[in-house]
Amino acid sequence: MPADTLEFEEPIAVLLKEIEALSMLPQTDAREREIESLRRRIASVREDLYRTLTPWQRVLVARHPSRPGIEIFIERLFTGFTEIHGDRRFADDHAIMTGFAEFHGQPVLIVGHVKGGDTKQKIFRNFGYARPEGYRKALRAMRLAEKFRRPILVFVDTPAAYPGIESEERGVAEAIAVNLRDMMLLDTPVLVVVTGEGGSGGALGIAIGDRVLMQEYSIYSVIPPEGCAALVWRDASKKAEAAEALKLTAPDLLGFGIIDEIIPEPVGGAHTDHALTTQLLDGVLTRLLAEVSALDNATRLEQRYQKFRSMGRLGLEFLDEAAG
Amino acid sequence: MAWFKKTRTPRPTASDKPSRVPEGLWVKCPGCSQAIYNKDLSANQNVCPKCAHHFRINASERLRLLFDDGEWTEHDPDLVSTDPLRFTDTKSYISRLKAGQAANGGKDAVIVGSGLLDNIPTVIAAQEYGFIGGSMGVVVGEKITRAIERAIVERCPVIIVCCSGGARMMEGALSLMQMAKISGALARLDRARLPYIAVLTDPTTGGVTASFAMLGDLHIAEPKAQIGFAGPRVIEQTIRQKLPEGFQRSEFLLEKGMIDLIVDRREMKAVIANALVFMGATRVGPPIVVRSLPVSQPEPAAQGS
Repeated sequence: MPADTLEFEEPIAVLLKEIEALSMLPQTDAREREIESLRRRIASVREDLYRTLTPWQRVLVARHPSRPGIEIFIERLFTGFTEIHGDRRFADDHAIMTGFAEFHGQPVLIVGHVKGGDTKQKIFRNFGYARPEGYRKALRAMRLAEKFRRPILVFVDTPAAYPGIESEERGVAEAIAVNLRDMMLLDTPVLVVVTGEGGSGGALGIAIGDRVLMQEYSIYSVIPPEGCAALVWRDASKKAEAAEALKLTAPDLLGFGIIDEIIPEPVGGAHTDHALTTQLLDGVLTRLLAEVSALDNATRLEQRYQKFRSMGRLGLEFLDEAAG
Repeated sequence: MAWFKKTRTPRPTASDKPSRVPEGLWVKCPGCSQAIYNKDLSANQNVCPKCAHHFRINASERLRLLFDDGEWTEHDPDLVSTDPLRFTDTKSYISRLKAGQAANGGKDAVIVGSGLLDNIPTVIAAQEYGFIGGSMGVVVGEKITRAIERAIVERCPVIIVCCSGGARMMEGALSLMQMAKISGALARLDRARLPYIAVLTDPTTGGVTASFAMLGDLHIAEPKAQIGFAGPRVIEQTIRQKLPEGFQRSEFLLEKGMIDLIVDRREMKAVIANALVFMGATRVGPPIVVRSLPVSQPEPAAQGS
């Protein structure tokens, strides 16, 4: 689908158009062979492009409209999903989805942001911008999982927490803050996967866990590149420079010790092959869930605390000049 | 020589930084537009004697006002950022750090001290807005976390005076993670049943609000302080309309149930001491602070939406 290609994928779009034109014509063996060779060229062009993605290009891939998120993973990775709704305080937020399901036969709780597919869904899901109710619903559901010692799998994909009047009125900052504190003490295994956009506090608000992972082309940032560009360059068009400066790619965050692992994606990004993406995710989640579940509760909580405690390391991210 | 030839100090313009204390002899109050003699202002804890407008004050002034006799032991003053992202925009982050250090004396945007608050041993962290907007990077996160851990070991209360634009962009996701790090330490403080009071001053926004500023056993705000998560401009762009008067001010938050009380700066120490006693903090001597003002009743907040 050429409509699905990103701006830097222009060479691929051209080839896709050629294939489309050829397939309109009556089928012959020669044409079939030509289409086949075009497909191979697309694959090799894609491989070249994705080997050297710039940070801004990764932002575009992370925000791709067909990028699989929690809804796709629920469909492909879990069985018997039952969604539960509402924060029992004010409302049901549609930008965060939660419920229980089985993961290879094991009951787990699933929590994550939903951006929505088509326009109608996007509006319903508020484009993945959660309001305070969303964070409170997430914590309520996670408490349920804790009570019955069920592991929690979190899928993060949000531009940010919703910046609106009612968000502030109902204390979005308080909702996020409480999640940060209380998730640190949740007495059950928690795995977090950033699947698309890890948009600052809105992402972090459900992203405290025993392992924090990123899919290969996802991003995780303190501020969107556009916002950073507008703030420091006073020019929103410097977003590519900002994306570069912010060090928001998965390899960067692995280097800083903020995430534990990168989950590989198909060449060309998760949106090109949902089945393979899910399969790659499955392998890592299965392994890490077993690893984390094997720890006794006190050790797991201590390790979770130390994991976040050590973000910002003496000698690397800061120095103690008094120590000489 | 001749006294009538004395050069006059030019009066600072009130327009450029409304809440900063200007250095002239006289100060025009942005609240009531009255001229105030600078010495009167500082003798009054930088609160306008006429209209009670709270001028912004720096971190060491905060500690001086809260600790008995203005004395404290500073902790970790020598932690400095290594610029982990090698961040450069129109200026390099290193040069911004140097400028902040030169202007404020401190090496980053928070001062942590321990001492006595009305004879109660207390750890206090005060954020420094003058240092890159009081923003929180790794050093701020580390110093505040160490402060909380120190309080757990010494079994004493923690007070954080918030004054920050939020997480520090120039340290990227590392800054973001400081929110989690500090919140985790506060979870342990909470489990240890030790008091934590968040004092919210103008401005408290972004990642600071979405972490330790909103995790206090008590949230005490100064009057009319800006407190919120998203910046007003971002919200205006999202909803495409002007924000109501008084939006994200202390009085608004009180009305919405997000803070416990609004306290005049001149009463802050007495109210904190009182709260700490309720929370079971131990005194090492008799109380020394007396309340000088009647407990102020907040004005009705401007209604949002």
